[in-house]
Amino acid sequence: MIANLANLFRYRGLIQSLVARELKARYRGSVLGFFWSFFNPLLLLTIYSFVFTVIMPGLHPPDIEPFALFMFCGILPWTWFSSSLIEASSSLISGGNLIKKVLFPAEVLPIVNVLANMVHFFFGLPILVLFLIYYRHPPDPTDLIWFPVTVLVQLIFTTALGLLLAALTVHFRDLRDILSNLLTLWFFATPIIYSIQSAPGLSKRVLDFNPMTHIIVSYQEILFYPGQIGHWKWLLAMGAASIVLFLGGYWVFDRLRDSFAEVV
Amino acid sequence: MRRLSDAFGDTKDTKDTKDTKEDRNVGVIEAPVNAIELTNVSKIYRKYTGRQFATLKSALLQRSIMRDLQPDETFPALSDVSFQVRRGSTYGVIGRNGSGKSTALKLVAGITKPTTGTVRVEGRISALIELGAGFHPEISGRENVFINGIMLGLTKRQIQQRFDEIVDFAELREFIDAPVKTYSSGMYMRLGFAVAIHVDPDVLLVDEVLAVGDEGFTHKCLDKFAEFRRRGKTILLVTHSLNLVERFCDDAVWLDAGHAKSHGDPKRVVGAYLTAVEQSEEQLLAETTAKAVDEATREAQASHAGEGAAEQPADPTSNMFQATEGRWGSREIEILDVVLLDAGGHASFVFHTGEPMTIRFRVRAQAPTDDFVFGVGLFNAEGICCYGTNTYIEEMTPEHLIGEAEASFSIDSLDLVEGTYKLDVAVHKRDGYPYDYHRLLYTFRVKSRTRDVGIYRPKHEWRFSPNVHFKP
Repeated sequence: MIANLANLFRYRGLIQSLVARELKARYRGSVLGFFWSFFNPLLLLTIYSFVFTVIMPGLHPPDIEPFALFMFCGILPWTWFSSSLIEASSSLISGGNLIKKVLFPAEVLPIVNVLANMVHFFFGLPILVLFLIYYRHPPDPTDLIWFPVTVLVQLIFTTALGLLLAALTVHFRDLRDILSNLLTLWFFATPIIYSIQSAPGLSKRVLDFNPMTHIIVSYQEILFYPGQIGHWKWLLAMGAASIVLFLGGYWVFDRLRDSFAEVV
Repeated sequence: MRRLSDAFGDTKDTKDTKDTKEDRNVGVIEAPVNAIELTNVSKIYRKYTGRQFATLKSALLQRSIMRDLQPDETFPALSDVSFQVRRGSTYGVIGRNGSGKSTALKLVAGITKPTTGTVRVEGRISALIELGAGFHPEISGRENVFINGIMLGLTKRQIQQRFDEIVDFAELREFIDAPVKTYSSGMYMRLGFAVAIHVDPDVLLVDEVLAVGDEGFTHKCLDKFAEFRRRGKTILLVTHSLNLVERFCDDAVWLDAGHAKSHGDPKRVVGAYLTAVEQSEEQLLAETTAKAVDEATREAQASHAGEGAAEQPADPTSNMFQATEGRWGSREIEILDVVLLDAGGHASFVFHTGEPMTIRFRVRAQAPTDDFVFGVGLFNAEGICCYGTNTYIEEMTPEHLIGEAEASFSIDSLDLVEGTYKLDVAVHKRDGYPYDYHRLLYTFRVKSRTRDVGIYRPKHEWRFSPNVHFKP
């Protein structure tokens, strides 16, 4: 397993070109092309803003202003997380040809999905910057050094889950459907369209068990809330846990590796 | 995973490859003799039935995950197969569909692992198993060449160097910037083949890919293989083209239902394989014939009971050339059975062009009679009558027939081209009134090593003036 992990480093050229291919192929043939990377989060945000400011203004917590900016800080990384998992879970099945007919390192497939979605996440950042400028809501520069850390933690966490899901979905196809429903639940169980402070006592403790809570709250503290980041201990703990989860996920993947070519 | 990582450059820390490198420095003579070694290899595929598709949830609830992951049934794709491929030789793998050929190739490629036994391969492998397996339809041929090349273990720079060669080999220069989804299947395969062959492997695995492309491209592929051989590369070839194995391979193995039935000299292996194919074909033909006779007899009996008269075409000669099988007649003389005999007098269903064949039929006359004609007709698969005759046409005058009797129709030399043939056998009166007419109930195959065409092969010989020469 350790040797295989070390090999991952060798595949960087392969991973790099596959990520590039994924991005190129994604919007090939569409009129707006790459602009969809910007528009998609923007449209999603517009919908949520419409719901929370026009249709149900009562649900909009009064202390969080501007609310659209707050939501955007959560929606952007959440989109990265959820689309990565959905794509990664079926990556081995859709890449079956490669696994069955070519000598190909299978773990590259879910990793490429996670990375390609990370690039989309990066493309969404300029929009976030525009929002910050528009609302005259500059983040604390010292907080910003935590931003790459948060991205890294999310990357490791997402990759770990992606590997695990990809390997298990080969054997249990039902996981794909379970996952899409689970992600909807997970979205509402994460403080994205509400703030963790507004959650009542018991549910806050429940939210603390959700790893995504800490990642999203970190983004919010870095980009939205003024003042020092208060969540860094949680974030680092999450980072450590993610590394353990990644090793566990990779171990499961490695154990099931030989079965892929037969079962896919 | 060893070979996989080797494919991606940077091979220093893997021991086996280092050995190979040193071997190369010392010289070819001291290098390991075998490029590929399979030792007592078995591969058992697991078959899952119903339970496998239970949901994860139910599996969790019943705590049966481990049980559900256990196979219900196993299928041995390869059983205790061993063979060695010498470095620099070309090795053929033949066998029926489902005999384990592709499994063997996948094991050598390292795509799947053997259940027991060991597979050892020296050097870099390129597998032509499925061409263009990694192509993405939306992006251009150019980009796909690069990504496919990287997947097969080349670096960007190496691909750049070989790019023109690859494109020229695939004959796709004008389409290289079009998305691959617009390619025809032939173009797709050609590009896949071109990339795979330019990986410059030490060991090339080929799975029935010469069927791609047109005649010209097939020739080019064969030339490329020949070049590989000259450069001392090892080729493992899985194919149904026995001709190719005989012409091209130094050794061959014949796999049958996962067992290595025979290996060694390709001519001998192909011969053994062909004999076995004939035997099973023979069995199949025997079953077909038995079924046809059985059905026709039952139908005849049914209509006999219903109408009280034998069903008979209004004029049997009118639809002589319309081939529908059946049996009719009054059965005053009944054909009991019909066998085809080969040169040795053994019942057979497969014959070779030029061999003798005897059609022997046993009949039984219920009452003594002096009006009887024996007849036979030979039809090819299209229902064309190749030959028909009877004792009346040949001016034999019947005198007496009583009880059980036997008639044989012997052909000295079966001068028919390869194909499946059907047989008419009949006993009737001189005016055509049928005693027992068996229409197209007996099937046999004629095999030939010559691919000549038509119906009939006259005995022939080519002669030339002295200034015309052929290779021996």
